Amino acid sequence: MHDPRRYRKFAAGTQPEYLHPAYVSSVKRAPTKPLILLPHTKTETSGPVFGHSLVTAADSDLTAQHSGEPLGERIIVSGRVLDEDGRGVPESLVEIWQANAAGRYLHKMDHHGAPLDPNFSGCGRVMTDTEGRYRFVSIKPGAYPWGNHHNAWRPQHIHFSLFGAGLLTRLVTQMYFPGDPLLEFDPIYNSTADERARRRLVAKFDWETTEPSHALGYRFDIVLRGREQTPMEK
Amino acid sequence: MSASQTVGPFFSIGLEYLNRNDLVVPGISGAVITIRGQILDGDRQPVPDAQLEIWQADAEGNYSENKCEATSHSPAKFTGFARIFTDTAGKFEFRTIKPGSVRGAGGETQAPHIAVFVFMRGLLKLLYTRIYFPGEVANDSDAVLSLVPPDRKRTLIAGGRETKDFFEWNVMLQGSDETVFFEW
Repeated sequence: MHDPRRYRKFAAGTQPEYLHPAYVSSVKRAPTKPLILLPHTKTETSGPVFGHSLVTAADSDLTAQHSGEPLGERIIVSGRVLDEDGRGVPESLVEIWQANAAGRYLHKMDHHGAPLDPNFSGCGRVMTDTEGRYRFVSIKPGAYPWGNHHNAWRPQHIHFSLFGAGLLTRLVTQMYFPGDPLLEFDPIYNSTADERARRRLVAKFDWETTEPSHALGYRFDIVLRGREQTPMEK
Repeated sequence: MSASQTVGPFFSIGLEYLNRNDLVVPGISGAVITIRGQILDGDRQPVPDAQLEIWQADAEGNYSENKCEATSHSPAKFTGFARIFTDTAGKFEFRTIKPGSVRGAGGETQAPHIAVFVFMRGLLKLLYTRIYFPGEVANDSDAVLSLVPPDRKRTLIAGGRETKDFFEWNVMLQGSDETVFFEW
């Protein structure tokens, strides 16, 4: 008998629910009817193909996209994209976007009073190498206020979008910074019930990738959904 | 597995470089179609800050498998992948090739469909759904559609209008006509 689910279930508590009332925007946007369990067909196991040559080496250095250098604390964010068996995910698109050092996004709907930085756009992309490694150069994003509740502030974070081998490994997540006092108050970070799963979203400060007199290194590994073992492999 | 987090309100700055409302490339075979719709939230308010990410087969039912070179914003061949953003009225529109039938999980034939991920602030995980086409005989035997309660199937099947090459398909996030979303 063919098993129609080719990728693993999510371990309990390791993913947020769609509805998380503390995150107010989820209330009118989360589905209310039960989701329907889908067999994994060729549609879902095949992968998005886009213009790979759109991604160039320059896209991974967010500090070098303008004539001058952006303000802020220079950082190097690197790590590996892995599957749940610990294998690197090769040649897979990683996209990031973030606020500038003052906590302001280059987006027309960001009305925070902090200044824009003419030398920082806040977006980057890179393909993982054959072992799933990636590396970005950027500046540490600032915390910023948002309207979720009284005196709400988002912890410093970088948004990540990942593809992996097909639709079923698609993931959008956020990377946080170690020691950020805002984490415990953030409903988005806390939308995941499992504490270890939450901590995996916090990057580690890393001496090895820190460059003397230049930039602090942070290491952030991302684990994408793994394949189910097929009966033939048992 | 790493936990999913919302894309937040400003994701377009990072993702819009792959925004493309027209997947049709010169010389592609198949019927050119346009799909138009709107995304509405639980208060029936339009969602102006959403993105659809679509993935589909070509007219022969084959998915792109190889890397594809690109010039500027346009891939050099039909890839079946695009990002489409909603406008200030929560509306979207894209032009593509009507997909052919592709194989299902057990080797059976699936009715023509387009896979859709929905991205927006407020979603802690991506929503996954499919667009099917009206009047397809294969819809009656499609293994995925057959899992959907009969009274909700219509949320997945696009409506046809004046002509056969124009379809309307809306995303209702909540309510009695809530779109069917899949646990993927």
